Amino acid sequence: MKLKYFAWVRERVGKAEETIEPPASVRTIEDLIAWLTQRGEAYAYAFEKPKVIRAAIDHAHVKPDTVIAGAREIAFFPPMTGG
Amino acid sequence: MTSVTIRIQESDFDIAREIALLAEGRTDIGAVVSFSGICRGSDGDGVSALTLEHYPDMAEAEIRRHVDEAIARWPLNGVTVVHRVGRLTPGQNIVLVLTASAHRQAAFQAAEFLMDYLKTSAPFWKQEENASGSNWVEAQAQDDAAAARWTKS
Repeated sequence: MKLKYFAWVRERVGKAEETIEPPASVRTIEDLIAWLTQRGEAYAYAFEKPKVIRAAIDHAHVKPDTVIAGAREIAFFPPMTGG
Repeated sequence: MTSVTIRIQESDFDIAREIALLAEGRTDIGAVVSFSGICRGSDGDGVSALTLEHYPDMAEAEIRRHVDEAIARWPLNGVTVVHRVGRLTPGQNIVLVLTASAHRQAAFQAAEFLMDYLKTSAPFWKQEENASGSNWVEAQAQDDAAAARWTKS
């Protein structure tokens, strides 16, 4: 699946997008955040406060306990500040 | 029929032109409410510019979801949302919401509803430049509260 990062999450991770294949044990958005956090310091920094991070699956907002099976694109970003 | 225009663009918008386009050829509109969000420069340590980042594939879809909800809640003849991205300096336009209805109440309420959700739910992020560098604008609890009041019965 494709991951996208925006705003300071993108800056901290150090890339705007990547393609990943998490293990089957990674079922939900919060599982995915925990798994990403193990991948290195940049991820640990980006996701140091997981409750702050917002997520979208295939362009729609989702909650941390949402199951990621079947997702084509998952995005992580800070709370929105548009308008 | 509700005419809907949603655009995300770097260039500026002309409010009078957008209102004229919304109302063109129609005689059923009795009220148009216009909200413009403008880059403010006078806060605290002096913002010299804002850069707006967005999630292109999601932004229009997310705005559309809230426009559809507004149309379901109020009798609207037309809705226009224009959101700018890129680097903006104080005094420049950021966002435009137009709502058209037969009567003013629906137009006022729908415009406020749309702005409250644009601020908290549309995937845009502001980065401020000031004398000491740049920083990402933090989301305001008051904006979440403003959006939440529309879900109270």
